[in-house]
Amino acid sequence: MKHLLFVLRKPVHSGVYVQETLDIVLTTAAFDQSVSILLLDDGVFHLKNNQNPDCVGMKDTASIFKALEIYDVNDVYVEIESLQERGLTCGDLCLPVNSLYRKNIAELMKRFDVLVPG
Amino acid sequence: MKFAVQVNASPYQSNAGHAAYRFITGALAAGHEIFRVFFYHDGIYHAFKYASPPDDELQFSSQWSDLARRYQVDLVVCISAAQRRGLLCSDESKRQGKLDNDLAEGFRISGLGQLVEATLVADRFIVFG
Repeated sequence: MKHLLFVLRKPVHSGVYVQETLDIVLTTAAFDQSVSILLLDDGVFHLKNNQNPDCVGMKDTASIFKALEIYDVNDVYVEIESLQERGLTCGDLCLPVNSLYRKNIAELMKRFDVLVPG
Repeated sequence: MKFAVQVNASPYQSNAGHAAYRFITGALAAGHEIFRVFFYHDGIYHAFKYASPPDDELQFSSQWSDLARRYQVDLVVCISAAQRRGLLCSDESKRQGKLDNDLAEGFRISGLGQLVEATLVADRFIVFG
């Protein structure tokens, strides 16, 4: 088993990109690998509460995040500075997350066998 | 060393696909193994057989086909990303009652499991685009 960290940095609902990236996350988890997610930069918007994606013809990707637990994806990390720079706090997110400071990101990444950008 | 490569950008969106091609030919020349190249997101546009750029431009899909022929590199296009964008191989289009046969030589269409397998088997996994 490998430990994979998906690093999501793009804003939510920017085309089908996020949805397709989450398909990789789910497939990897279904192959019984250890999967974690790190939200950086605009990626923190993925978990923002009160999204209305149907208004712009997009899928509700936040609900896919909420379903990750079923696939044993339990570790979602969020960079505190990315939240702060966008006026968000962990309280604005629809899932409990592990928040960590930018200075600790490199250390987190070192714990994984494979990093997947998304 | 054994590499797995993922290509996410279309040929005209950025030069990431060409960078991947250059990386792969360089790695092969240096004696490394390319376990698989997986085309995902808009990267699937590299596999369109009938892309017809002007003669003085890069012929990206035939370049990949040559690579597969010369080095037996496994070029895999994600089926769901491909279908979403209208890239169908002849088998799949028959199944759907359509007439397309869009897949360039040397590519094959398969699922995301092929990408996961590649990340597990390879020593290094590199994503372009």
